[in-house]
Amino acid sequence: MKKTGISSRLKQVLFSFALLFLLTGCSDRFVLLDPAGPVARTENWNIMITFLLSMLVVIPVLAIMVYVVYRYRDRPGNKAPYTPNWDDSKILEVIWWGIPILIVAILGVFTVRDTFALTRPPSNQKPMTIQVVSLDWKWMFFYPESNIATVNYVEIPAGVPVQFVLTADAPMNSFWVPQLGGQMYTMPGMEMYLWLQADRPGVYDGKGANFTGKGFAHMNFQVVAKPQAEFELWVKSVKASAPPLTKEKYNQLVKPSIADKQLYSSYPATLYREIVDKNGGMYWRMHHGEHESHEHH
Amino acid sequence: MINQIVEYLRNADPLIQMSAVAAVLTLLGIIFALTYFKKWGWLWREWITTVDHKKIGIMYLICALLMLFRGGVDALLMRTQLAFPNMNFLDSQHYNEIFSTHGTIMILFVAMPLIFAMMNIAVPLQIGARDVAFPFLNAVSFWLFFFGALLFNLSFILGGSPDAGWVSYPPLAELSHSPGPGINYYVLSLQISGIGSIATGINFIVTILKMRAPGMTLMKMPLFCWSVLASCIVIIFAFPALTVALALLGMDRIFGTHFFTMLHGGNPMMYVNLFWVWGHPEVYIAILPVYGILSEVVSTFSRKRIFGYKSMVASLMLISVISYFVWVHHFFTMGAGPGVNSFFAVASMAVGIPTGVKVFNWLFTMFRGRIRLTLPMLWSLTFIPCFAVGGATGIMLASAPADYQFHNSYFVIAHFHQTLIGGAVFGLLAGMYYWWPKMFGFKLNETLGKWAFWFFNIGFYVCFMPQYALGFMGMTRRVYTYPAETGWGTLNFVSTIGAYLMGIGFLFIVVQILYSIRYGERDTTGDPWDGRTLEWSLPSPVPHYNFAQIPTVNERDAWWEMKQQRKEGILPPTKEPLKPIHMPNNSSLPFFMGLAFFVAGFGLVFNQFIIATVGLIGVVVCMLWRSLEKDTGHWISVDEIKQMEAS
Repeated sequence: MKKTGISSRLKQVLFSFALLFLLTGCSDRFVLLDPAGPVARTENWNIMITFLLSMLVVIPVLAIMVYVVYRYRDRPGNKAPYTPNWDDSKILEVIWWGIPILIVAILGVFTVRDTFALTRPPSNQKPMTIQVVSLDWKWMFFYPESNIATVNYVEIPAGVPVQFVLTADAPMNSFWVPQLGGQMYTMPGMEMYLWLQADRPGVYDGKGANFTGKGFAHMNFQVVAKPQAEFELWVKSVKASAPPLTKEKYNQLVKPSIADKQLYSSYPATLYREIVDKNGGMYWRMHHGEHESHEHH
Repeated sequence: MINQIVEYLRNADPLIQMSAVAAVLTLLGIIFALTYFKKWGWLWREWITTVDHKKIGIMYLICALLMLFRGGVDALLMRTQLAFPNMNFLDSQHYNEIFSTHGTIMILFVAMPLIFAMMNIAVPLQIGARDVAFPFLNAVSFWLFFFGALLFNLSFILGGSPDAGWVSYPPLAELSHSPGPGINYYVLSLQISGIGSIATGINFIVTILKMRAPGMTLMKMPLFCWSVLASCIVIIFAFPALTVALALLGMDRIFGTHFFTMLHGGNPMMYVNLFWVWGHPEVYIAILPVYGILSEVVSTFSRKRIFGYKSMVASLMLISVISYFVWVHHFFTMGAGPGVNSFFAVASMAVGIPTGVKVFNWLFTMFRGRIRLTLPMLWSLTFIPCFAVGGATGIMLASAPADYQFHNSYFVIAHFHQTLIGGAVFGLLAGMYYWWPKMFGFKLNETLGKWAFWFFNIGFYVCFMPQYALGFMGMTRRVYTYPAETGWGTLNFVSTIGAYLMGIGFLFIVVQILYSIRYGERDTTGDPWDGRTLEWSLPSPVPHYNFAQIPTVNERDAWWEMKQQRKEGILPPTKEPLKPIHMPNNSSLPFFMGLAFFVAGFGLVFNQFIIATVGLIGVVVCMLWRSLEKDTGHWISVDEIKQMEAS
């Protein structure tokens, strides 16, 4: 996907500006400022532009306030003019109705553009699909194309757009991998869709972002991006060495508990659909139909 | 029910057991003190049965400050737990209960009663009215709020607190995942106090529209009254959405319906929508009156007319309308299409326009004025940078693509505390300091107040600035613990220090009030700030009929104009002779009605339908009783008025 043409120089300026605002120097911890894929980059750009444009109002306000309060304090011998009945100036009012309107208009254009852009696959590569189920208090991942499953661990090929199809077999949660891009809710009986892509191999932290009760703080997972060939080797090794996921094992997983990383060489073909339906998915489909993005437009 | 409560208390956290003991001891202490000083009769006649808007306002203020203490202690407990990675001060369950109650209390039992306090104290006086439109209803509203808050606060010692967040989204808040009585407490206490809020909204709209003094056209009305009008309009349209959401959630939990579970064709999204159709306008309900307070304070302490009055009115009204077109920004990440998200993103940003205009108008009210840095003015001044930054981060959150990253992170926490503390709390404290002499007849000590101001303000920035950074570091909200590898430890520790500084600031306010009750400078003039609006034309505290003679208004800053004319030697037109004044009688019915609602609510919390029915019958009996009362008012004779005015 073509990225917005923002020069690296300007980006550095923006970046250091933000850091200045945050009063800090250690950058690698600031995952939101360190995007590792096109989706996160679009969002990062949006964060920067809203920040800069807001500062166009905030900084003058602070400056004017300090100046006015200092100059017009009520103290003996203050020679600054005092005009108790001056309460109107059409020119000034037009200026400060106009400036925020202009800024919101500019921001609005960028926001609408990026909001629509984020619903499309982030690149032209052939995409893959991973189904995600949030449980109490763990993350289940199904790979429908290779029929393997994982818990609290997800591996993806770098440079390939991945469509995550999200649902829950527990209270609502939110699937979030900050360095790869924004989050999307998982909801019982419903399916949500989120595009993510990693530019480069690496390990990215993922988390459950929406509160789900006692074990919520421990609902984290890792996203490991690998070159395509290594990813395929990993799939083969999981198929060869891991145990299969049976319905009984899944029913154990559903029970509230905190889990470690787990790998499964296969899972019952209908399992994912059953999970959606047992939470009321048929009512959801009745109203919303099958989602068109299965056809990968 | 009793078994359930005993069982709960036996297994509860030692912290909860200790607070249960403390609560019982405090209660016994209060009962003992009232008996010892023979104050029961006084409490009953002067306060509990009162329908005087000024006393009701004071009761709202006291309750709000007590609740601020409770919510503040919750905040300190949470910040203590998060001060270091892997802390073991609170367990997960207890932490979840604390943040759920912290949010609910601060929004519904602190911000709301504080604005109701300011409305009750100032609005009738500013518009030159004897009372609010429906004094009896006003008392009912207060007691519904009081008993709602009481029911909510009982939860942590009787059966268990709500633990699904202040938003209580299903299915987490459904019986399947939260089987205890906690969420029932939440549903019923909010429902009871919510009825009171709607009634207050109606009451003040009618008061402002129908009871202004002769000559006070809408465009001559003080900006605080305009802001209350805007806020009340939002109340009467927004609160019914909460009523419906809570009623349906309550039915799901108590009667086994499926409004909010997908399983039988319900939909949790419906709750999320209804909740935020109320929830986002709710923050404007809290902030709009603050805009009004600031306009009054900035104008008074700059000794200057408010700049751009018409713009101020227009922006208040605009905010009250736009507030209904922003609710989806609380769930951009729940799969709405890009068209929907774009609309709500731009609408959310648009709120920044009228807000920005207000800030510039305040700045230019001070420009070429004479600024006195009193306590109300200090709190108003500190509002401006705080709200400017909070507004900027609000714009950042409003942009949907940016929100996909910020949602549920500490960035959001920092943003809304900045607007709600830096906005609502700072502004309402400004209002409290401003009207304090009017309420009680003495000024609060400025030195102690400045200590409070600096501790609270520095503490505020130390507490919440690191939380923006934590958001950029990917820290999610509502986690009770985090591992050391995340690198969040340092900033969390700094944030905790800030929270404690704010706690010290609050204690200074308490000390300031206690000290000033005894030693505070008495206000003998009724106009300690050289005020501009009608409330300052009255003695402090104000006699219960407010105005012996209803004033006639010719100008916007009516009292200021009268004073200017007097200085120029123009005498006010000779007053007509005093006439007897008709005032409403005190009544114990509002108290008993609140109590009956409380009993009904308590019964429903534990599925005890007999108790609930008894309570509801009590409500009906109170209503019947009231409708059969023929003589609900009394006359104050001219002699009595003369006596009161002379003293």
